[in-house]
Amino acid sequence: MPQSRHDVWVGLFVLLGGAALLFLALQAGNLLSLSFEDTYRVQARFDNIGGLKPRSAVRSAGVVVGRVESITFDDQTYQASVTLSLERRFAFPKDSSAKILTAGLLGEQYIGLEPGAEEQTLVAGDVITQTQSAVVLENLISQFLFNRAAEAGDGASRP
Amino acid sequence: MIGWLQPERVGRAVRGFLSDLGRAARMLGYLFALGGKAFARPRLVADQLHFLGNYSLAIIAVSGLFVGFVLGLQGYYILQRYGSSEALGLMVALSLVRELGPVVTALLFAGRAGTSLTAEIGLMKAGEQLTAMEMMAVDPVQRVLAPRFWAGIIAMPLLAAVFSSVGIIGGWIVGVVMIGVDGGAFWSQMQAGVDVWSDVGNGVIKSFVFGVTVSFIALWQGFEAKPTPEGVSRATTRTVVVASLAVLGLDFMLTAWMFSI
Repeated sequence: MPQSRHDVWVGLFVLLGGAALLFLALQAGNLLSLSFEDTYRVQARFDNIGGLKPRSAVRSAGVVVGRVESITFDDQTYQASVTLSLERRFAFPKDSSAKILTAGLLGEQYIGLEPGAEEQTLVAGDVITQTQSAVVLENLISQFLFNRAAEAGDGASRP
Repeated sequence: MIGWLQPERVGRAVRGFLSDLGRAARMLGYLFALGGKAFARPRLVADQLHFLGNYSLAIIAVSGLFVGFVLGLQGYYILQRYGSSEALGLMVALSLVRELGPVVTALLFAGRAGTSLTAEIGLMKAGEQLTAMEMMAVDPVQRVLAPRFWAGIIAMPLLAAVFSSVGIIGGWIVGVVMIGVDGGAFWSQMQAGVDVWSDVGNGVIKSFVFGVTVSFIALWQGFEAKPTPEGVSRATTRTVVVASLAVLGLDFMLTAWMFSI
């Protein structure tokens, strides 16, 4: 029965292909880190989000506690309105502040959540008001140059 | 001297091309419609899967390993200039999963399995086996072509996944074991940067589309081959040329469609 011997090899081939797919999903793509945890959504408004993208990490004390769900532009306040989905098991005080930080010098941008001191905790639909925008390199440089120019101007006018 | 420029010849050529295209499209639709009937006799599909998949496994795995080696070396060479050799894993994984895995697998599949499909069908036609089947009221498309078509569609994504996985391991061997990039960073950067759906998933969709393309072109060329030894040899050559061009062209379109932001 050569047919049945074929079947074993075909089964092995399909199994190998499936294992390869699983390897790609788990080891390369890290499917497990897609949390199927319950989440709640809060909003945060930023003047400038820099290079933040949907699905960027939200970290507190360096630990991932959620993801950026979506980013939209609000043409009433001219701010970026970022929806964060935080894991239900983590509660944060209502006056927590959000910063846009960069991993490493040129790395990916993420949101750093710094807990406040209030008793009440953030619930779904809340808006985080205390935010700090992303650092834009061009702004930093121009600020630095202006300062230098101002100092030079002071120095020239003093004597 | 400019005989080929005679209007009626051009017209005939254009009409011939259009009717070929039309018949090919009808055949493709018919093969898809035969999906249910092909799987009603899974033995035939399994036999073809053995022929197309298992026999291609060795060349796919070895090529994947070497492509991974090269990616590891070249990637390290470029990345260490910018002091970010830890991103090697990410670079190897993304380039394999998104582009090289599906495309190179499809090209190898066209060369390894597509040619044998064309030659087999072409010789069946030359030996009038297909006509004989029709005489016995057996639909050769359903009995001969459909199982091969569906086996090709199943085999391609699996082979591409094997290629990408082996390639990533190849990149790991060169990068981490031989050059000495930090192994933890290699994997963690890869896991942070590769998205399961938008990268791995789109790669699988790509290889599926290429599976349809290569299998169909191979079968069609065999089915349409002139029933002579020369005709079969030409059809086999055409399979490789047309399938490779189609895969590369489709890859550009799919990439533009999937990964454009």
